[in-house]
Amino acid sequence: MPSTKTEQMVMASLKARHRKEQSFKLLGIAAIIMALFFLVTLMTSILSKGLPGFFQYYVTLEVELERERLDPAGDLSDQSLFDGQAKKIIQEAVLAKTGAKKRNEKKAARKLVSNGSDLRLISFVQANPELLNSRQSVKFALDDDADSYFRGFVKKQTPEKQRRLSDLQIAYLDQMQADGLVSYEISDYLFFGSASRNAEMAGIKGAAIGSLLTLVVCFVIAFPIGVATAVYLEEFAPKNKITELIEININNLAAVPSVVFGILGLAIFINIFGMPRSIPLVGGMVLALMTLPTIIISSRAAIKAVPPSIRDGALGVGASKVQATMHHVVPLAIPGMLTGTIIGMAQALGETAPLLMIGMVAFIVDIPGGVTDPGTVLPVQIFMWADFAERMFIQKTSSAIIILLLFLIVMNGGAIWLRKKLERRW
Amino acid sequence: MLVGQFPSDLEIEGRQTVLILLAQIKNISNGIVVGQPDIWILESAEKLTSWQGISNVIISSLAAAISFLGGLYGVSLIKPEFRARNSVEVLLLAGLAVCSVIAIITTIGIVFSVIFESIRFFKLIPPLEFLSGTVWNPEFEGAARAGSGQEGRAAYGSIPLFAGTFLISIIALSVSVPVGLLAAIYLSEYATRRVRGTVKPLLEILAGVPTVVYGFFAALTIAPFFRETGVLLGLDVASESALAAGFVMGIMIIPFVSSLSDDVINSVPQSLRDAALGLGSTKSETIKKVVLPAALPGIVASIILAVSRAVGETMIVVMAAGLAANLTANPLDAVTTVTAQIVTILVGDQEFESAKTLSAFALALTLIVITLVLNFFALQIVKKYREQYE
Repeated sequence: MPSTKTEQMVMASLKARHRKEQSFKLLGIAAIIMALFFLVTLMTSILSKGLPGFFQYYVTLEVELERERLDPAGDLSDQSLFDGQAKKIIQEAVLAKTGAKKRNEKKAARKLVSNGSDLRLISFVQANPELLNSRQSVKFALDDDADSYFRGFVKKQTPEKQRRLSDLQIAYLDQMQADGLVSYEISDYLFFGSASRNAEMAGIKGAAIGSLLTLVVCFVIAFPIGVATAVYLEEFAPKNKITELIEININNLAAVPSVVFGILGLAIFINIFGMPRSIPLVGGMVLALMTLPTIIISSRAAIKAVPPSIRDGALGVGASKVQATMHHVVPLAIPGMLTGTIIGMAQALGETAPLLMIGMVAFIVDIPGGVTDPGTVLPVQIFMWADFAERMFIQKTSSAIIILLLFLIVMNGGAIWLRKKLERRW
Repeated sequence: MLVGQFPSDLEIEGRQTVLILLAQIKNISNGIVVGQPDIWILESAEKLTSWQGISNVIISSLAAAISFLGGLYGVSLIKPEFRARNSVEVLLLAGLAVCSVIAIITTIGIVFSVIFESIRFFKLIPPLEFLSGTVWNPEFEGAARAGSGQEGRAAYGSIPLFAGTFLISIIALSVSVPVGLLAAIYLSEYATRRVRGTVKPLLEILAGVPTVVYGFFAALTIAPFFRETGVLLGLDVASESALAAGFVMGIMIIPFVSSLSDDVINSVPQSLRDAALGLGSTKSETIKKVVLPAALPGIVASIILAVSRAVGETMIVVMAAGLAANLTANPLDAVTTVTAQIVTILVGDQEFESAKTLSAFALALTLIVITLVLNFFALQIVKKYREQYE
C-alpha cells in the first residue's frame, strides 16, 4: 500500500506512463517496418518486372540456306551477306509455316518475327558456313507484340481494334505454338544486343561496355589524384590557410549536387576544350571529379588509422619523412583507400544526371571500342528505355536495373569483404 | 604562310573562304582528294606536305638535342656530394601538392563556368525578372520566332521552379524525417545488437540504389498507384504528380536521416540517460526529455543535409514529376524543379548563345548557392553545439 502522497500520485500515473512507453516503442518498430516495407516493395516491383525480361519467346523456323541468295559474292564477307536476301528467306519461311497466301495475310505474318532476324541468320551462316545449301532449323526472336501476346499482356478478349495484334496474327501465333515451334528461353539479345528501337532486340552490351570504359577512366584519374591529395593533406601539408581552404573545398565538393558536375563537364570539357560529346573519356573525367571527395575523405581516414608508432619506428631508424610515408604508412593504408575507392566507383556506376548533360544519352547502336568512341552507360540506358512505351521495354528496363544492382552489390560486397579481410587491429 | 602563296587573281571573300581553302589543302596533303581541285591548290598542298616534312625533321632533331643535353646535365650531377634523395623527395612533394590543388581547381572550374554563363544570361534577362517572375516558359523562344508563339515571348521567372522544388522537398521530408528519426531512435535505444546489426545495413541499401532506379520505380509503380487510389477517393491525380516524386525521394532519403541521427543519438553521453533513469523516468521519457534535446542540433543538421540532398536530386523528378512549370501548392498536380529543368534544357544539342541554354546555368548557380548555404548552416549548427555535452 503506498504510504506517502507522492507515491500515490506516482502509482496513479504509472499505468498511463507505461502505456506511453509501449506506444513509443511501437512507433519505432512501425517506422522500421515501414522503411523495410519500402525496400521490399522496391525490390519486388523490380524483380517481378525484371525477371521475365531475362527471357523472351523465340520461334524455330526451317530456312533454306541457299548459297546464291544468301551470299551473292560467295566470300562470306559482311558486305556480301548484307547484300544477300536473308530477310526474304526468313519471310518465306514464316509464310510457309503460317500458310499465308493473300496480301494482307502475308503482311500480317511477316510482322510476327523480329525485324533484326536477318542479322541473326547472317551471323548463323558466318558461324556455320558448312551448312550452306541445306535446310536448317534456326531460332528467331518473335516481335515484341507477339512476345507480349504469349505473356498474356495482349488478350484475345480485347476488341481487335484496341490491341496491337490482329485476329489473324493471333491465329498464326496460336498455330505456331500448337506446332511446338515457340520456345521461351533466356534472352540472348538482352546480354549481347545493343541499343535498339525494337524492344525484342534491345540489349545492354553496348551500355555495359560504355560503363566499364567510363569507370576505367574515372578510376585512372580519381584514384591516384585522390590518394595523393589524401597523403599530402594528412602527412605533409603545413597547417595554414591554404590547407584549410583545400579541406573546406573538398567537403563542399562532396555536397554539390551531381547534376552540377555535368554542367562543369559541358561548359569546360566540351565547350571550352572542344572535346566531342557522348564519349566515355569525358564521362569518366566528370565522374572522377565527382568521386574525388569520396576517395579523398576515405583515404584520409585510412591514413589516420595507421598508428603513429609505425611512422616513429621508420623515422627512428633513419628514414626520411617521405620514405616513412611511402614505404610504411601508405602500404598499410592501401586496403582502406581501396575500400573507399570501390564505394566511390559504385556511386559513379549508378550516376545518371551528369552524364545526361555531356550527351551520353544519344542513341548509339555501335558498341564503343575505346574511350573516345561515342557510347552510353547502364543507368542512362535504363533512363532511355524507361521512356519507351512498349510493354517489353518495361521488362527490359527492369532486367537492366537488376543487372546494374547486381554490379553494385558485387562492388559494395567486395569493398566490405576487402575491409574484413585486410582490416588490422593495432 | 600558305595564304601568301595563293594566286593573286583569286578573289578572297573574307576569312571563311580562306579557312575552307586551307582545310581543303590540308586534306589533300593528307591524301584525301575530293573531286578535281585546281592546279594551284595541288601545288600548295605539295608545299604544305614538304613543309610538314621539314618541320617534322626540325622537331625530332630538337627533341634529340634536348634529351642529349638533359642526359649530359644528369650525368654532370652525379657526384658523391649530390643528395639525390632530397631532390627526388622535393619533386614528389610538389607532385602531391599539385594533386591536392585539383580539388580547388574543380571548384573554381564549377564556379566560373556557372558564373560566366549566368552573367551572360542576366544581360539578356534582368535578374529581378528571373528571381521574381511567376511564369517559366523557355520553350516559346523558338515558337515565337516561327510565328506561332501565343505569348510572343519566352518567360524566365524561376518562382514556379523553386516552388516545385520546395513542394517536392517538403513531401520528401514528411516521409523521411518521421520514419528515419523514429527508426534511428529505436535502433540506438531499444534494439538488441542483433536487430541493429541486420536492420541498419538493410536500411543503408536504400541509400545505395541508383537514383535512376528510384525514378523508374516512381514513374511505373508509385505514380499509377497514387492515381488509382486518387480515382477511388474521387480525386484527380496527375499521372506525373509531385506526390509520387516526393514520396519516392522521401524513401531514398530515409537512410540519410536515420544513419546521421543514429550517430548523433549514440554520441549523447550514457551518463545523461543513467541520470534520467535513476530519477525514475521511463525509457521513452528519458529519450523524449533528455536524449533528444541533447541530440537536437545534430538531428537538425542531419535534416538540413537531407534537404540539400532533396533539392539537388535530379533523376527522380525528371522521370516522375514532369516538366510542367505549374505554380501550385497542390501535391497532386505535376510540378517541375530546378534540377529537372537544367537537365531538360541541357540534354541534346544546344546553341550556347540562346537565353534558354544560359538560363540553365543561372539555375545551376542558384542551386549551388542553396546547397552550399544549407551545408554551411548544418556544419555551423554541429560546430556550435558539439562540445556542450563532452
